[in-house]
Amino acid sequence: MHELSVAGAVLDTAIRHAGERPVDVVALRVGSLRQVVPDSLRFYWEIVARDTICDGARLELTEVAARLRCEGCGYEWEPDIPAFRCPTCARSEVTVAAGGELEVEYIEVREHAHA
Amino acid sequence: MHRTRIRIVEDALDANNTIARANRDDFDRHGVTVINLMSAPGAGKTALLERALAQRPADVRIGVLEGDVQGSYDSDRLASYHVPIVQLNTDSGFGGECHLDANMVRSALGSLPLDELDLLVIENVGNLVCPAEFRVGEDARAMVCSVTEGEDKPLKYPLMFRSCELVVVNKLDLLPHLDFDLDRLLYNIDAVNPGVERILVSARTGEGVEQWTRWLLGAALRAAAV
Repeated sequence: MHELSVAGAVLDTAIRHAGERPVDVVALRVGSLRQVVPDSLRFYWEIVARDTICDGARLELTEVAARLRCEGCGYEWEPDIPAFRCPTCARSEVTVAAGGELEVEYIEVREHAHA
Repeated sequence: MHRTRIRIVEDALDANNTIARANRDDFDRHGVTVINLMSAPGAGKTALLERALAQRPADVRIGVLEGDVQGSYDSDRLASYHVPIVQLNTDSGFGGECHLDANMVRSALGSLPLDELDLLVIENVGNLVCPAEFRVGEDARAMVCSVTEGEDKPLKYPLMFRSCELVVVNKLDLLPHLDFDLDRLLYNIDAVNPGVERILVSARTGEGVEQWTRWLLGAALRAAAV
């Protein structure tokens, strides 16, 4: 549902780093806790990228599974449901070890060869 | 012609967060505590805000920033409480943004008398997904969840439930008419955001409203005491 907003934020990030060069590839790491639907994001990406330097650029998505860690007992697990209480000691001091990413990892831009 | 790979490793929302920090600096400089109030459409944000405004003590100066896709229905409802209100509509794009972002809030700062405020309530666009992603410079986040929405909502919208310092459960007066398991909802809220503060209210009957108002005003009073 919020893929349009995410696509817009990814586009802004790519453009800011591209230095006006045309962009061919944008690589994005998306954690499962960010609730992004990959197909929906690709669909909106095509739309928001139109008529920008990212027009036609391929969006390479890497999905990252959620992994939580209990700071109390050190237990680490991959949750099936978004429950953030430790299943072994029931403590609530739980940190997200992976799955919270929404990270533009790199872009690939086209350089014109010097004459 | 050849391709160059540029390594970035940057959160896509960094730009928004930078502007949110600038907003926060401005709020801090003026001594204004800011609450971002969020919920699904129709959960009762505006009704709870009306209740709080009606009960506010004279010495707490409150302003409201109303975010909506379009129209000024909520601002009109709040007009009789004689507080500064700025309406922010998000429909300048296609279809209208479904949330407020830091830049939209920044664009409204000039219209708000920050020097004359202790507390600013930002009523976000009704939506359980996008507003959770976009910080706007708030000190704290409160969300309203009504008992007509289903006990599983925290598990379906964990981003929102996890990002809040307060969950207000509204429309308690409807419980006798619903097959709603309140304990189940509270259990699920605790699973997604363990230990988060919860206040049970009915904006309609006034049940729990005093506690909600105390929390809201308390946010400003706590900041003033520092």
